[in-house]
Amino acid sequence: MNELATLPTTRDENWRYADPAWLASADLAQLNDWREIAVPAGETVCEILSVESGAERLRVHVGQGGRFELFAINAAGPYARAEAEVTLEEGAHFEFGGVTIGGGKNRQEFVTRTVHSSPGASSNQVVRAVQWGQAVGNFLGRIEVVKDAQKTDAAQNFRAILLEKGASANAKPELEIFADDVKCAHGAAIGALDETAGFYMASRGLPPEVARKLLIHAFVADAFEAIEDEELRGEMLAKALNVLDEEAV
Amino acid sequence: MLKIENLHAEVDGKQILNGLSLEVGAGEVHAIMGPNGAGKSTLAYVLGGRPGYEITQGTVEFLGQDMLELEPHERAAAGLFLGFQYPVEIPGVSNVQFLREALNAQRKARGEEPFSGGEFLKVAKEKAGLLKLDMEMLKRPVNVGFSGGEKKRAEMVQMGILDPRLAVLDETDSGLDIDALRVVGEGINTIMRAPDKAVLLITHYQRLLDVVQPDFVHVLAKGRIVKSGGPELAHQLEEEGYEAVAA
Ligand SMILES: Nc1ncnc2c1ncn2[C@@H]1O[C@H](COP(=O)(O)OP(=O)(O)O)[C@@H](O)[C@H]1O
Ligand SMILES: [Mg+2]
Repeated sequence: MNELATLPTTRDENWRYADPAWLASADLAQLNDWREIAVPAGETVCEILSVESGAERLRVHVGQGGRFELFAINAAGPYARAEAEVTLEEGAHFEFGGVTIGGGKNRQEFVTRTVHSSPGASSNQVVRAVQWGQAVGNFLGRIEVVKDAQKTDAAQNFRAILLEKGASANAKPELEIFADDVKCAHGAAIGALDETAGFYMASRGLPPEVARKLLIHAFVADAFEAIEDEELRGEMLAKALNVLDEEAV
Repeated sequence: MLKIENLHAEVDGKQILNGLSLEVGAGEVHAIMGPNGAGKSTLAYVLGGRPGYEITQGTVEFLGQDMLELEPHERAAAGLFLGFQYPVEIPGVSNVQFLREALNAQRKARGEEPFSGGEFLKVAKEKAGLLKLDMEMLKRPVNVGFSGGEKKRAEMVQMGILDPRLAVLDETDSGLDIDALRVVGEGINTIMRAPDKAVLLITHYQRLLDVVQPDFVHVLAKGRIVKSGGPELAHQLEEEGYEAVAA
């Protein structure tokens, strides 16, 4: 868990999709100032994050059998990055649900590094990106499974919907696995809104903007499915969709 | 109710409908039969206004309006229902939510009051019962994990809830076993057999027409109606095949 000695550049793997202009004038001390969270053995900590402009970095240690949940909406710009470095002790779990949503020239990203440092830990990460204009949504998810961390179960899923031609998304899963009894699932898909579904919905009388909202609602909901508190889940969804209402064309 | 004149349409630059004309009056059921690739689904999509289907010539009038001027959702609000040959899956959106939004969007477009949750569920239950579809299925995402037959029955539940003036049903009988076929056919009769409604039934098989008895039968081949007649034409097609009858 190295400190940065100099400002990173987009040549650094971990910052490859970052905004170079922002990086050039970033504050090194601030970048090295991680927010630390310790989840005691057997306990659950749930962190809700509204990502703001700039970079926010979390360093989390999850004790034996503990559970760390992170649910985040990244609707900020011009550059907004939320980063989490999570170390899991035996039988611990990391649950991450993130949504990047926005247009303009916003560059929104989630970066995670999940370290399965002992046997039997699990992690599940679901990131959904909805971008329009010339916005970019990124997910860099690094998973490290140390030697002897058998029975590790790590899953990662990224999907992006690009509402306009100029928008883009990048997914970069990175696996570094030194144990052999490991289950690692990852998937990534980037595409446009499903036109066939759009026509089907229109044929039932739904105006395009209503159909689009329903489809995006369902899409974004994946990221928050693991939120147990129904009210909180609803709030997160509403908050994400609100960005669509207020900003999307 | 529906008047199609000299319709020409192309998909991906390929001409598929070649001067198709057809008139459907209120209270009538018309069957359209024809070989694979004749353009039956294309006709359904063109009527529904599917993007990518370009009309190069001809007119379509629906209830006195120029239908080709309307957006797909406006056609639905005007009273058109399209039963899909391949109903589309919409993960994450429940049937109940989807259909209530759709029904209320249609009602709003027509200047009618929206249905409350309770009013909607009452109608939904009634139509699901009619088609013998478990109400639990309607709580699940649209068509996701439904068998072929369930999808077709769900289409007819949708039709019952949306209560259209004209239903264009594209091979609603395919994928149904004999019992389901009867349920679906009787559902179509209950929902659509009325003096102010009409049905355009696209099918390959006589067996659906035994239940939903058409007033007129047309043969569609190479993008146009090549022969029209009464119910006896369907029997003749079944016995002699398209080539012999349409030649
Ligand atoms: N998207 C498409 N692009 C090009 N050709 C198409 C497309 N869709 C259908 N066709 C062609 O149009 C013709 C009519 O198809 P279709 O309307 O599906 O026939 P039917 O429903 O009568 O079997 C076929 O030759 C088919 O290959
Ligand atoms: Mg067809």
